[in-house]
Amino acid sequence: MMTHTFYISVSYAVTALITLCLIGWVWLDGRARQRELAELEASGIRRRSAQPKGDLAKSDAS
Amino acid sequence: MSESLAITKFSDLANPTRFLALAARILPWMASITAILFAIGLYLSFTTEGDYQQGQTVRIMYIHVPAAWLSMMCYTVMAASAIGTLVWRHPLADVSHKAAASLGAAFTLIALATGSLWGKPMWGTWWVWDARLTSVFVLFLMYLGLIALNRAMDDPSRAARVSAVLILVGFVNIPIIKFSVDWWNTLHQPASVVRLDGPTIDPEFLRPLLIMAIAFTLLFFTLHVMAMRNEIWRRRIAAQRRMAARMAGREA
Repeated sequence: MMTHTFYISVSYAVTALITLCLIGWVWLDGRARQRELAELEASGIRRRSAQPKGDLAKSDAS
Repeated sequence: MSESLAITKFSDLANPTRFLALAARILPWMASITAILFAIGLYLSFTTEGDYQQGQTVRIMYIHVPAAWLSMMCYTVMAASAIGTLVWRHPLADVSHKAAASLGAAFTLIALATGSLWGKPMWGTWWVWDARLTSVFVLFLMYLGLIALNRAMDDPSRAARVSAVLILVGFVNIPIIKFSVDWWNTLHQPASVVRLDGPTIDPEFLRPLLIMAIAFTLLFFTLHVMAMRNEIWRRRIAAQRRMAARMAGREA
């Protein structure tokens, strides 16, 4: 016969585990996307709206 | 005048770039308030009295009830976003329901697991196929189905339209979950907090329950804004890679 304390602690542990996994996953996903955006920027690929005026004119002309 | 101002404000927010700026500003506040509320809620959860019948297991309710409430609220947020996708074809609405699906699945899993862990000592069983438990299990499967559907389709706007239709069809399950305890004879007890005649539980239990409910709700919105921001970034990366490939093709 398991005590009530067992059920309460497992409940809180399961909730903490799922919640922390969720927070960690969203956090790490954000970090990875930010890194990817920074890499693209470093290789000279920018959003059209973020490009310098001269570049935009060049890419429109080509 | 004020109405048009409200509409202008809303459409300003609906611009993904403005949404990113707003998210960066409000996320630290949302995360801090969530953490403070969790600290107070958890303190109250373990310091208040036990119930005369349930004993100490009433403490499981302080996480089970907010998780169960969020499982339904998250689906309602997704249904509202699905309307945004189908009526206004707004990309931010697509992003919103896609980002919420995993969060909803996680909170439903918490509700199912903690409910089961409460059921064993109180009901003498981990699980029964009664109307409330079965309808929440169906909700969990619907979340998993929507996540799978979104991952199976490459074109995000097409995936958003198809899942928006599915979300709205599946919304019929939400009133079924809410009223299942009144419509059918279930082992699960009827509502004791959100009732027309007011809550029927003692303030000793109501206080930690409400604070934990607000903490969980804020946690959901914090994670939802973060997940939406991640999804916007993911789409921008995909668009930039496509543009780079096109330009490379032209140069070649």
